[in-house]
Amino acid sequence: MTDPILRLEGIVKTFPGVRALDNVSLSVLPGEVHALMGENGAGKSTLMKVLGGLHQPDGGGIYMGRDRIVMSGPLEAKANGIVFIHQELSLAEELSVAENIYLGELPRKSFGRVDWSRLAEQTNAILKKLNVGFDARTLVGDLSIANQQMVEIARALTVDAKAVIFDEPTASLTDAEKVVLFDVIADLKADGVGIIYISHRMEEIFKITDRITVLRDGEYQGTVETANADEESVTQMMIGRKLDLSRNASHHELGDVAIEVRGLSCGGLYQEIDFEIYRGEVVGFYGLVGAGRTEIAETLFGLRDPSAGKILLDGQEVRIHSPADAIARGISLVPEDRKGQGLVLGMNCRDNMTLPQVDDLKAGPFVAEGAEIAIFDLYRDRLDIRTPGWKQKVGNLSGGNQQKIVIGKWLSMHPNVLIVDEPTRGIDVGSKSEIHNLLRGLAAQGYAVMVISSEMPEVLHVSDRIVAMYSGRIMRTFTSDEVTEDSLIQAISGLGDHRAA
Amino acid sequence: MKAGKLSDALKKGAIWGFILLELIFFSVAGQFLSLSDSAFMDLDNMLLLLKQSAPIGIIAIGMTIVMINGNIDLSVGATFAIAAIVLLDSMTWPIFAGLGDWVIPVSWLLALTVGTLLGALNGLIVWKTGVDAFIVTLGAMLGYRGMVFMFNGENPTSHLNWTLVDFAEAQLLGIHTPTWFLLGVTLAIWFVMTRTVHGRNAYAIGDNREAAVNAGIRVGPHMMINFAIIGFLAALSAVVFYSESGSVNPNDGQLYELWVITAVVLGGTKITGGAGSVIGTFGGVIAIQLLRKGLGHIGADTSTVNLVIGLILIAVLILDRQLNIRGKEELKL
Repeated sequence: MTDPILRLEGIVKTFPGVRALDNVSLSVLPGEVHALMGENGAGKSTLMKVLGGLHQPDGGGIYMGRDRIVMSGPLEAKANGIVFIHQELSLAEELSVAENIYLGELPRKSFGRVDWSRLAEQTNAILKKLNVGFDARTLVGDLSIANQQMVEIARALTVDAKAVIFDEPTASLTDAEKVVLFDVIADLKADGVGIIYISHRMEEIFKITDRITVLRDGEYQGTVETANADEESVTQMMIGRKLDLSRNASHHELGDVAIEVRGLSCGGLYQEIDFEIYRGEVVGFYGLVGAGRTEIAETLFGLRDPSAGKILLDGQEVRIHSPADAIARGISLVPEDRKGQGLVLGMNCRDNMTLPQVDDLKAGPFVAEGAEIAIFDLYRDRLDIRTPGWKQKVGNLSGGNQQKIVIGKWLSMHPNVLIVDEPTRGIDVGSKSEIHNLLRGLAAQGYAVMVISSEMPEVLHVSDRIVAMYSGRIMRTFTSDEVTEDSLIQAISGLGDHRAA
Repeated sequence: MKAGKLSDALKKGAIWGFILLELIFFSVAGQFLSLSDSAFMDLDNMLLLLKQSAPIGIIAIGMTIVMINGNIDLSVGATFAIAAIVLLDSMTWPIFAGLGDWVIPVSWLLALTVGTLLGALNGLIVWKTGVDAFIVTLGAMLGYRGMVFMFNGENPTSHLNWTLVDFAEAQLLGIHTPTWFLLGVTLAIWFVMTRTVHGRNAYAIGDNREAAVNAGIRVGPHMMINFAIIGFLAALSAVVFYSESGSVNPNDGQLYELWVITAVVLGGTKITGGAGSVIGTFGGVIAIQLLRKGLGHIGADTSTVNLVIGLILIAVLILDRQLNIRGKEELKL
């Protein structure tokens, strides 16, 4: 058997309070496509950041051939022939394809002038290998997303790549574009390059990879030959047996329908969405990143206009044009990006909590600080927010407490519908279950709660019903009694059409 | 976090510490270098300093709220000149001839209204088009200045009303009229920013506009109100100053925007918005005026003064950055 071209051996990485990687190993043979799988948060990205020199491991080592390498940074990784093709493209749209590909390494003539003809020549040689329909002088901004990805790949080919890491490369590609990508991967493979392929999509994994390594909760679960594995066994490895999925079993009485969505569509983001949420119910929306869940939430909150369909609140059709509209109608959104969209980090806890209603609280022209403090105190106690006092800037709080501030902010507005996007992203394990209990408790009090989450245990734990989405469509809606991990994973991977079920 | 508190305290107190340092330095250095007999820290001298701070200071208070809101206004110098022309010229208009000295409040009101409208126009454009305030007000700066020249060419516009001059030169409790206006404006805007909903929302919008929108705050109207306020204050500054001088040159107020921004930044307002205070700006205004006056007192010429102020501004921003970086894992660029 040939020696691996790249080997990660016993990698350990801890962050304050979290063991992100615990003794993880991965080896890639020359000419092999090696799948790295695991749920969101399993440690795939952390492992790749260690490989790319963005994180320094606390234990273990990285080997290229027989040499141990210390990855001090991205340049070191590049010098060793390790190339990353990220899901999020990092291209300069105003520059040409050639300039993007050779960014930082433009061929020079005397006096530092760019050697444009050599640049175009070299670039076109690479583009020819990739068999793409654009040339070196095309502006990157004029290319489709798929072709932009090709530019990223071309960039990888300029260095003498020994290992190429693809991170969810097909997330934004059409089927035809995928075929081109897979051809490129086959060519790389034929050249003896080792490939790490990260994806959630089972069909692709089984189509193009040779071996599969699975991570779960930062732990190495094993490596299998793709030929000897099937979807079920891989899924088993990903979710594991020790699921502490204490299913949500509290079947309290449901009230009326609080919000109803019929045939809602928004361009290419999502189509023909139908669902309803009762008072007293938590409905979980599960799917891959990019399945359109956040976009639906944004539409309900007035941040995005739908292209078709209708929204009914308490049986009345409504049009929601702005967040102010949504808030007035009793819809609240706890956004995905807590720091970027939910909080004013430079402000104190009280001011953040009362931000949407400070106008309603005023006494004459002035802010009614007493009333604000009363609201803050009430929700600090109800949600058990740990902070030295209302004067504390929210930027100094822990993630869990920041999230409680955002939730408290909306609860104090007494909403009818509470939408929570990724309720526990970046929150430590202890606070996670607190937030989960909080969401359950809110449903019990009669709120209609919509939870969007990419973590399966979370969705299973908090939801009364689960809506499974795949590329902009609802594939199936499960009740908490009938849902299984397998069926859920299948539904969100686009395997089979379960809408008939 | 202890480091945070320390740097916070340092930042808030820094401008006053700097003023103290200036006072001590110029008092001591003045003993040896000054050509005049009087001490630098003479009461009359200090009162005069406050009065001289007023024109820049009144506008700077307005700039503070615009910058806290995440915008900037480069057109204040031109607005200042337009308001001055409206004030002086309108007092000579035939329709007001019968008013006697009652023309004074009428002309004041006229000038202030014009300033407010010009500011509101900036705000409206920023709100409705979404074009960056820097660009909009850069255009307004050129456009408004063009209007000044269109009015009277290169010639000054003059009118002296002695009642008005008396009012402008008056001293109540020893404090000059312009100083009273500066103090009053500072206090009023301080109240607006710390006690009213508008102030609270202005901070929120400047700090995290997306979060503000998500909280249902209507960003546009707040921005327009702030531009209207700074337009009003630019006009007020002109009205107070030209009541006394009685003559405006078409170039008056040029580079005011830069002095104003310098004072605001020295006073600790973040250029990206979300943080700052009018009290800090007041300190920044005093610090600059002290520096100009103090350097003059020890015999430096104007060019030296500008060089020193420029260096200090950069030094302050470097210091501020160092204090901010501490305790944060900031990307190294």
